[in-house]
Amino acid sequence: MDLSFANIVQVISDSAIPVVILLIVGYGLFKKVKLYESFIDGAKGGFDVAIKIIPFLVAILVAIGMFRASGAMDYLIALISPLTNLVGMPAEALPVAIMRPLSGSGSLGLVTEIIKTHGPDSFLGNLVSTMYGSTETTFYVLAVYFGTVGIKKTRHAVPTGLIADAAGLVAALIICKLVFS
Amino acid sequence: MLNYVWFSLVLISIIVGAINGKLPEVTKAAFDMAQTSVNIAFGLIGIMAMWLGILKIAEDSGVDKIIAKIIRPVSKFLFPDIPADHPAMTAMLLNLSANWLGLSNAATPFGLKAMDELQKLNENKEVASNSMVTFLALNTAAITFIPATIIGVRISLGSASPQAIIFTTIVAGSCATTVAVIASKVFQKLPVFNKELKATKAESEEK
Repeated sequence: MDLSFANIVQVISDSAIPVVILLIVGYGLFKKVKLYESFIDGAKGGFDVAIKIIPFLVAILVAIGMFRASGAMDYLIALISPLTNLVGMPAEALPVAIMRPLSGSGSLGLVTEIIKTHGPDSFLGNLVSTMYGSTETTFYVLAVYFGTVGIKKTRHAVPTGLIADAAGLVAALIICKLVFS
Repeated sequence: MLNYVWFSLVLISIIVGAINGKLPEVTKAAFDMAQTSVNIAFGLIGIMAMWLGILKIAEDSGVDKIIAKIIRPVSKFLFPDIPADHPAMTAMLLNLSANWLGLSNAATPFGLKAMDELQKLNENKEVASNSMVTFLALNTAAITFIPATIIGVRISLGSASPQAIIFTTIVAGSCATTVAVIASKVFQKLPVFNKELKATKAESEEK
């Protein structure tokens, strides 16, 4: 039996969903819920929700796709770099920081590229891995989650999300400097 | 706000694309991403149906009431407008738990269900409620205890210790989450972010 940390993480990862399903269905059986009927009743909504998010997905992903393809992303990075130099963010990691709130696949691509070039166990590799893991694609989540319920005025959602992202990225930099270098 | 962000992205892309002579690429990206969006949405149908089915069983068995009791001290502080045993609570908790475990496939259906429930309690159907913003802030700044995707990438690229980043990820995520909660609680009181709330309220009263 391999009890290394990596293996334990793997086991938790693999068993989380089956265990949650088992607990819910098991408790339902115990409470004499008509399991099959309930499941069907709930599952009916799946199609509607998925279809309802299409316009919002299109709007946000098209805009971000255009932004990346035009080369504007590179200019944005050049514009912000003096600021991030102040906190000691390595130039290579900056594109990840900027891409992360905008595009999940885009930032994962950048992270993979950096890990490939510098090695997964280098300071940069560890830093961009931490950055990727500790923040989310804010704009995607906002567009899709608000979109499904028809919210048009998002109030303080965008500034809150971005400040949290910035905090996460700066925290990632500080903790990685302490732990990995 | 999302309006301005969106418009700026599109406008800047077209201007910069024109200057760089990359307009064909910009057009192609637009069409590709439109197609990708539909693929994502269609790919979600089955998973969405599955989790909504499981959630319905949870609701009918009353397991959400038990969860509500356990998380009450925290939920009362974070979401004072939402009754502790409301279905929104269960969906939000499951969404956040899925995020903690790095299970993004499960997180989205729970999150969309949570928004649906929060909207039922929302007075102005076009304006985000405080609870919605707090929930989304928690969601986008979520702590990930098992960053499965990135660990996978590290393993595939030959890392000697792929799990080394778990600790740093949790620390950085905790900072992001703390800031997210504080920011959402502070911002929700600022007049700038309440103008829209009042404007739509007056409008609906006129009608």
